[in-house]
Amino acid sequence: MPEEKDSTKSTDSHSKANGHEFRVIGVPRRRVDARAKVTGQTRFADDIFLPRMAHCKLLRSPHPHARIRKIDASRALACPGVYLVLTGKDLPIQYGILPVSQDEQALCVDHVRHVGDPVAAVIAREELTAFEALDLIDVEYEVLKTISNPEEALATPEPRIHEYGEEGNIHKLVALEFGNVEEGFAEADEIFEDSFFYQGNTHLPIEQHAAVAIKDPDGKLTIWSSTQTPHYLHRALAKVLEMPAAHIRVIATPNGGGFGGKSDPFNHEIVVAKAALVLDRPVKICLTREEVFYCHRGRHPVLMKFKTGVKKDGTITGMHLQTLIDGGAYGSYGVASTFYCGALQTTTYHIPRYRYEGCRTFTNKPPCGPKRGHGTPQPRFGQEVQLDKIAEKLKMDPADLRLGIVESSNAMTANFFRLGTVNLAECIRRVVQLSGWKEKFRKLPEGRGVGLACSAYLTGAGLPIYWNNMPHSGVQLKFDRSGGVTIFCGATEIGQGSDDVLAGIVAEVLGIDTFDVRLFTGDTDLGPVDLGSYSSRVTLMAGNAALQAAERGKALLAEAVAEKLAVPRERLRFADRRVFDSTAPEKSVTFQEAICLAEARFGTIGTVGSYTPPKSPALYKGGGVGPSPTYSYSAAVVEVEVNATTGWIAVPKIWIAHDIGRALNPPLARGQVEGSVYMGLGEALMEEQEFRRLPKRLSHALVHKFPSILEYKSPTSLDMPDVITELIEEPDPRGPFGAKEVGQGPLLPIMPAVANAVYDAVGVRIDEVPITPEKIMKALAEKKAGREPRFGPSHFPHVNWPEPLRVPPPWEGGDGNAVNDVARRAKPRPEKEKVLAS
Amino acid sequence: MMRLPLFEFRAPRTLEEAARILDGEKTNAMPLAGGTDLLPNMKRRQQVPRTLMSLRHIQSLSHVELGHSGARLGACLTLADIAGDPRFRNGLTALAQAASVVATPQIRNMATLGGNICLDTRCNYYDQSYEWRKSINFCLKKDGTTCWVAPGSSKCMAVSSTDTAPALMALGARVRLVSRSGEREMPLSELYNNDGIDYIKRRPDEILAEVVLDSLQGWKSTYWKLRRRGSFDFPVLSVAAAARFSKNGVVEDARIAVGSAACRPLVAAEAAEYLQGRPLNQETIAEAATVAARIAKPLDNTDFDMTWRKRVTAEFVTYALRELRGDDMRPVNLLLTRHQ
Repeated sequence: MPEEKDSTKSTDSHSKANGHEFRVIGVPRRRVDARAKVTGQTRFADDIFLPRMAHCKLLRSPHPHARIRKIDASRALACPGVYLVLTGKDLPIQYGILPVSQDEQALCVDHVRHVGDPVAAVIAREELTAFEALDLIDVEYEVLKTISNPEEALATPEPRIHEYGEEGNIHKLVALEFGNVEEGFAEADEIFEDSFFYQGNTHLPIEQHAAVAIKDPDGKLTIWSSTQTPHYLHRALAKVLEMPAAHIRVIATPNGGGFGGKSDPFNHEIVVAKAALVLDRPVKICLTREEVFYCHRGRHPVLMKFKTGVKKDGTITGMHLQTLIDGGAYGSYGVASTFYCGALQTTTYHIPRYRYEGCRTFTNKPPCGPKRGHGTPQPRFGQEVQLDKIAEKLKMDPADLRLGIVESSNAMTANFFRLGTVNLAECIRRVVQLSGWKEKFRKLPEGRGVGLACSAYLTGAGLPIYWNNMPHSGVQLKFDRSGGVTIFCGATEIGQGSDDVLAGIVAEVLGIDTFDVRLFTGDTDLGPVDLGSYSSRVTLMAGNAALQAAERGKALLAEAVAEKLAVPRERLRFADRRVFDSTAPEKSVTFQEAICLAEARFGTIGTVGSYTPPKSPALYKGGGVGPSPTYSYSAAVVEVEVNATTGWIAVPKIWIAHDIGRALNPPLARGQVEGSVYMGLGEALMEEQEFRRLPKRLSHALVHKFPSILEYKSPTSLDMPDVITELIEEPDPRGPFGAKEVGQGPLLPIMPAVANAVYDAVGVRIDEVPITPEKIMKALAEKKAGREPRFGPSHFPHVNWPEPLRVPPPWEGGDGNAVNDVARRAKPRPEKEKVLAS
Repeated sequence: MMRLPLFEFRAPRTLEEAARILDGEKTNAMPLAGGTDLLPNMKRRQQVPRTLMSLRHIQSLSHVELGHSGARLGACLTLADIAGDPRFRNGLTALAQAASVVATPQIRNMATLGGNICLDTRCNYYDQSYEWRKSINFCLKKDGTTCWVAPGSSKCMAVSSTDTAPALMALGARVRLVSRSGEREMPLSELYNNDGIDYIKRRPDEILAEVVLDSLQGWKSTYWKLRRRGSFDFPVLSVAAAARFSKNGVVEDARIAVGSAACRPLVAAEAAEYLQGRPLNQETIAEAATVAARIAKPLDNTDFDMTWRKRVTAEFVTYALRELRGDDMRPVNLLLTRHQ
C-alpha cells in the first residue's frame, strides 16, 4: 500500500538517524526468540515435565460470599493416587502485590469472597485423579450476603468483604485537587458534563497460567511459572512460605501472552511451591480457561463523570473527574488502579486546573487489576468522547481542537508529572492526512463515519511497587573468549520482545550480531533484579541498564585494543564483529580478539549496568502513581460502518500514529501497535467480563456469565480491519537510543475513536463500552423519538468524598506538595515516596 | 487443563456392527463422529458416556451420491467436505453455506454433517464446566431442577444451535436412521422435539446414517447466520430459504426455516405459503419476513440481547429472500459476516 510508508526501512540493512548509523537498532530483523516460537520449541511452563511429577488441582468456592465452617478432606485423602490435600491452615500468611493490600491467602482460611476462590488443593499422581478427588472434599459453608456491584457495595457496609479499607465495602477513596477547579469553570465559555461507563474485560492470554515447583536436590525451592513479575513472586513466596528469599529461585518461563494478567503473585504458584516442599517431588498446575477467568486482575468496570470547562477556542480551563470503580474481591493493584484512573488526563492536553475523585469498592467477583493501559483506558474513553462533543458544540474540527491544546515537550503538568518528548501533534497530523480525515469527517454517507481520539501512556512506572531506593533494572554482561556475549537480566519475556530489545541494544553497542548474544532472563538466581514486565517499563529501564553495561564493556575492550593497535581509543569503531580504526579500517582485530586482549589485560570481563528513574516532583500523597521517565503518545482514526436497521457495526479500517521515540526493531514495534489495536477493538466492540445473578428468591449465586474462550467474545482474525501504522520517531534522550514505550499506549485511542466514529456515522452517542448493535439500536430509537440520541449512564451514585488534597499547580507556585496535608509536609522525602505503602 | 473422563472406546467397521454395539450398550454408549462437540462436553461433564463408539471407520457413512433424482449424503461427511465441494451448489447452496460457517476451519475438518444435525442443544447455563454448574446448583437439563432461563418453566429451554439442519429443512431433507431392529426415514423437520432435553427423536440405539434429498433442480437456496464474530461462534439466529421460481419470477414453491430461535429449528410454513404464486418484491418480502419472524421466540440464553435477536429476525429473512430474488447481497454479507 502506497500510504504505508516506513521511515525506518532502508534499502541496505542499516538505519540512519541523527546522522548516526546503526547496524542493529532500527533495522527490521527477526526477533531472537522467533525461531523457537515458530517451530514450537519454546518451552512454556506447561511444557515442563519432570520425573515423579505430581499434579495439582484446586477446589474452588461455589459461593460468591461465604464463611467456611468446616473442611473435611478425609475422603479425598483416602483416594488411591492422592498424595496430599492442602487447606488454608497450611498457608495462612496473607500476601498481595501491593504492600497496602496484603489481603490474599493462597487457600482461603475462613472466608470465600467470589465464585472461584480456592479453598483446598489436591495433589495426586494424575491430574484426572486430583480433579475427581476435589468432589470428595466436604466443605461446610455459611452463606453471606452477596455484593455484586459498586452501588450495592456503597449501600451495603455489612457484611464486609474485607476487614480493611476506608469503611464498609469501600476499599479506597482518592481526592486530589490541582488548582481551584471552580475558578476554572468560572473562566469557561462552555461547561460540559458527561457520564460514561466502561465495562470490565479480561486479558485472555492464549497461554493459561501454569507453574511447576520442585525441591532442589540441595533442599532449596525452584519454581517455573508463567509470571510477568518473577521478582514480586519471589518476595511473596518468601513471605508466605517463611523461607529466606535466597533459598528460592523463581524462573519466569516465556509467557504466552500476559497483558497484565500474570503480574500478581498467584495462589496456585504458592500452593505448588508448598506442595513440592512437603512431598519432595515436582508438582505442577495448569489452570483451566475458566480458572484463568477467576484469576482475572483485568480491566476494572468504571463509572465516570466528567465536568470540563472550555473557552470558545477549545482551550480547557478546568476538569473535574469522578470515578466509581468495581474492584472485585481483592485489592490486587487496585489502589494504584484508582490513582491511575485520574492520573494521565493532564498528560495529553493542557489542563490548568484539575480535580479527581475516585472510589474503589469491593464486590464478590474475581479481583480486577492491571490490564494493558492499567486504569487509564476508562477515563481516556470518557475524555476523548467528551472532547468530540465539545468540538461539535464549538463547531470545531475535533482534530484541530486537539492540535490547539496538546501539551508540549518537557512540560510539567498540573499534577506535577514531568513530560519527555511530546509528538502528539505530529501523530494527529499524520493520521488526519493518511485517513483523508478532512474529506471524510461529517461528509461520509449516512451509515459510514470516522472518529478520532488520542492518548498518552507511561514509559515505565517511576516508582517501584514496594519502597526501596535501588535500581529498577539491572543487567550483567559476560564477555567470553569465544567472542560470545551473555546477558543476565531479570527482565521477563512475555511475548512483547524484551529479550530482543536487550540483545539488540548490546549487539549495537558492541558491533556484533544479536545471534552472538545469549540471554538468561527472568530468573531470580541468574540475573540481577528487574521489577517485571508491567507499566511498559522494560525497553526503557532494562534497555538503559543493558546500554550502560554494554558501554562499560566496550570501554574495557577499546582500551585493550587501542593499546594493541596503537590507535587512540576515540578512533576505534565496533561493527561487523570487528574493532577497527575508523580512519584506517584495515587496522583491526576481530571482536573475539578484542575480548581476549581485554581479558589478558584486565582479567575476566564482566560488566554491569543499572537504571533508576529520575526523582519525581510529584511529592503529594498519591503522586507516586503516574510519574514516568517519559510518555508515549498515540492518535488514531477509526472508520466504521453502521447498519441503521439492525445497529450492526463493522470497522473496515484504522489509522494509527504512535510517538515511539525510536523503534528498536520496527516489525516488533508495529506488532505491538497492531496488537494494541486488536485488543482495543475487542474492548470497544464486544469484550465483557459480565456476571449473572440468578433470581434472588431462588439463589444467591453470582457467576461469571461465561468463563470460556468461546463465549467471552474477543475478535477473530476475520474481525480485524486493515491497520495502517505510522511510527513517529523523534528520539527521546531519556530512552535507550531514544526509545519510548509501544506496548500499551496504542490501545488507548481505539475505544473512544470507535465511539466517535459511530456518532459520525449515525448520529448517536454510545457513552459506554462495549459498543454493541443492541445499544446502537436503543440510541437510534431514542433519536427517532426525539429524545437525546444517546445510550449510556445517566446517574452517578452519592459517594462521601473526603476533603481533597490541595496541590497548587506549578504555575500557581506549587512545589509538588499538598498545602493541606500538614503531616506529610513534615516527612522526609523518601517517606513521601512511600505512596503505595502509606 | 480440563481432562476427559475415562471411557471405553469401540470402533466398528460396518453399520451393522455399530447398530449391534448400540443395541447392547443402550444409553451407556454414544456415537462419536467428529467429536468436536461431544468431547468438550465430556470434559465439562455434561455428558459422561461409559462407551464411545467411533463412526469414522464405517466407510458407507462417508459416501456422496448426487444425481438428477436427488442426493444421498453420508452422515460422516465432514463439514469441510461439503463446504469445499463445488457439487454442493445451485439448489444445495444453503447447505454448503451453512457448512462453511460452522465454527472454525480446524473444527470443520473434523465435524460431520450427522454430528451437526444431532448437535446437543445449547444454553448459557448448561455449556459450562462441572464446577460452574455446581455454583448455580445445576440446571434442569443436567443434574438440577430449575431452568434458569425461565425459572417458571417445566421444560428445558436450551437452544437448537445447528447450522446445517435449518439449511437442510429448507431443502426438504429427510434423514435415515438405522438400528439393529431396522431402519426408518423421516423428514428432518420432524426429527426434533420442542424440548431442550429431549430435543431429538433419534433413539439411543439408532445411528443417523444418511441425509436424503429430492431433486432440487430449479431451486435456489441460501443460508444467513447471525453471530458475533466472523468465525468460531455458534449461530444465535439463522435463516435458510429455498425457492423455485417460474420464468416470470413468480414463486412456485418456497421453504423457509429459522434456526437458533427455539429448542428446535422452526419451519416458517405460513410465510412460505404466502409467497407461493407471488413475485418477490419489496412488499411481499416485507410481509413474508414479518410473518416468518413471528415464530422466533429467542430467550436470554445465548450471546446477544434476546429482544434484539427477535427484532432482527425479520431483517435476516429479508436478506435471504432478497438474495433468492437475485439482489447483490455481498456488501451486506461482508458487513455481517466479515467473509469476502
